[in-house]
Amino acid sequence: MLESIVHVCLAGLSQGMFIWLVASGLTLIFGVLGVLNFAHGAFYMLGAYFCYTVLAALGDNFWLGLIFGPLFVCAVGFLVERYFLRYVYHLDLPYQLLLTFAFVLIFDDLVKIVWGAGSISSPTVPGLGGSVSIMGRMFPTYSLFIIAVGPLVALGLWAALERTWAGRIIRAASSDREMAAALGAKVPWIFTGVFVFGVWLGALGGGLAVPYVGLLTPGMGESIVIEAFVVAVIGGLGSLKGAFFGALIIGLLSSFGTRFLPSFDMFLTFILMALVLLWRPQGFFGEASR
Amino acid sequence: MILSLVDVNTFYGTSHILQDISLGVGQGEVVALLGRNGVGKTTTLRTIMGLTPPASGGILFQGQEVQGDPPWNKAKLGLAYMPDDLRIFPDLTCEENLDIAAKLVKREGFWDKKKVMSLFPVLAERRDQKGLNMSGGEKKMLSLGRALMSNPAVVLLDEPSEGLAPLIVRTLAEAIETIRSHGMTILLADQNLKFCRRVSDRGYIIEKGQIVHEGDMEDIWDNQDVVNKYLAL
Repeated sequence: MLESIVHVCLAGLSQGMFIWLVASGLTLIFGVLGVLNFAHGAFYMLGAYFCYTVLAALGDNFWLGLIFGPLFVCAVGFLVERYFLRYVYHLDLPYQLLLTFAFVLIFDDLVKIVWGAGSISSPTVPGLGGSVSIMGRMFPTYSLFIIAVGPLVALGLWAALERTWAGRIIRAASSDREMAAALGAKVPWIFTGVFVFGVWLGALGGGLAVPYVGLLTPGMGESIVIEAFVVAVIGGLGSLKGAFFGALIIGLLSSFGTRFLPSFDMFLTFILMALVLLWRPQGFFGEASR
Repeated sequence: MILSLVDVNTFYGTSHILQDISLGVGQGEVVALLGRNGVGKTTTLRTIMGLTPPASGGILFQGQEVQGDPPWNKAKLGLAYMPDDLRIFPDLTCEENLDIAAKLVKREGFWDKKKVMSLFPVLAERRDQKGLNMSGGEKKMLSLGRALMSNPAVVLLDEPSEGLAPLIVRTLAEAIETIRSHGMTILLADQNLKFCRRVSDRGYIIEKGQIVHEGDMEDIWDNQDVVNKYLAL
């Protein structure tokens, strides 16, 4: 029983860290730009496909795919922010959601045109493709790797935002863009940079998903972006700390649900979100006025 | 003139707020914009800074036309702004609020963090306190200090004396005198005639978005008709 629980916990942690990788970019973009980027799942999907294409072109080298694949997605993100999103910042949330949802549909169709409508089976990662024995049971090495990557990304983000001047300027611009501009900050370029960085996080999640999910399919970003939204809501929209802990909770809840209450798996996630919204609408770490 | 406005018109939506405003500030001068609440003082400063760009008219800064420049360009050219609502970054410490201004715009000059903290010693005491937790008076000093950190050529101060206890108003007037003694040009908007008389050389009176009177501060002070008509509350 104990080893079963340990394994369910590990599976939950790896799933949670996956959702965190996607939710972190979503949260960063919402926290700084105030935009609910529904297209974030599409960037995750593009990350997976570009990573796959690069790694296939470079002799099945997963790591090169992971480094260069997301950079192509960043270029796409740059064009989306610079030529589309920038014009809806001052509009109400529904306009931002409509625009970003349009990009979900556009990117899904583009993926079908470029990579085909069928699914692509993903390669394994050399050195991380096997399993290790934990308490007498086998656990995928790659999942352990994901459990390690998640906190590293969290730590890196925290250090970048709290301990560097670029981070302080971003925080200043996010709390008061007008005053930051009056002090000399080129706010539109800061926003572009933050958006592209958020897209990179989503695409990195997609790239890391290539060996994890097994199959790449058009529309693969839709379910994870919904989970990422749930996580962002539970943690408090715009709060990275909230997204991290929210992702852990959802990952564990989902893993325990799958193991012990398989018929209620997704139900548990959404009932938790509903309860949090009723009890604390701003989420665990959100500001009440946001 | 280091800063001049020529026939500036500014709108908020369809409301015509500034109507053909023309004014000038000479190098090293302290000039006051006087007028009651809602007459266009804040809009004038926001228009100069580029936060509410003018629909027509010219803004000349150091001989250069800047009416179409975004605020960050104006900051780099040497304009700084203390808003009436102070706009301290709540999430940054007192010291970070000062440092960020110097990080964003690096201009050579007299002012640095040490000098700002010796001008307002309370900022040194509150160094590590988050902006969120500072008092109104401290925020006022921090917002003014932050405006100095980039060593601007002209600093725009919106309502420097508003909402402060008389003792702090005196501290602020002394600070403005010190700032000016180091060669800074100041354009301030304020309702407090006594305060403006103490710190300013000249004044413009605004009423309903138009300049209705201008003159030396002493002349404005002595002109009871003008004071009663435009400034009496």
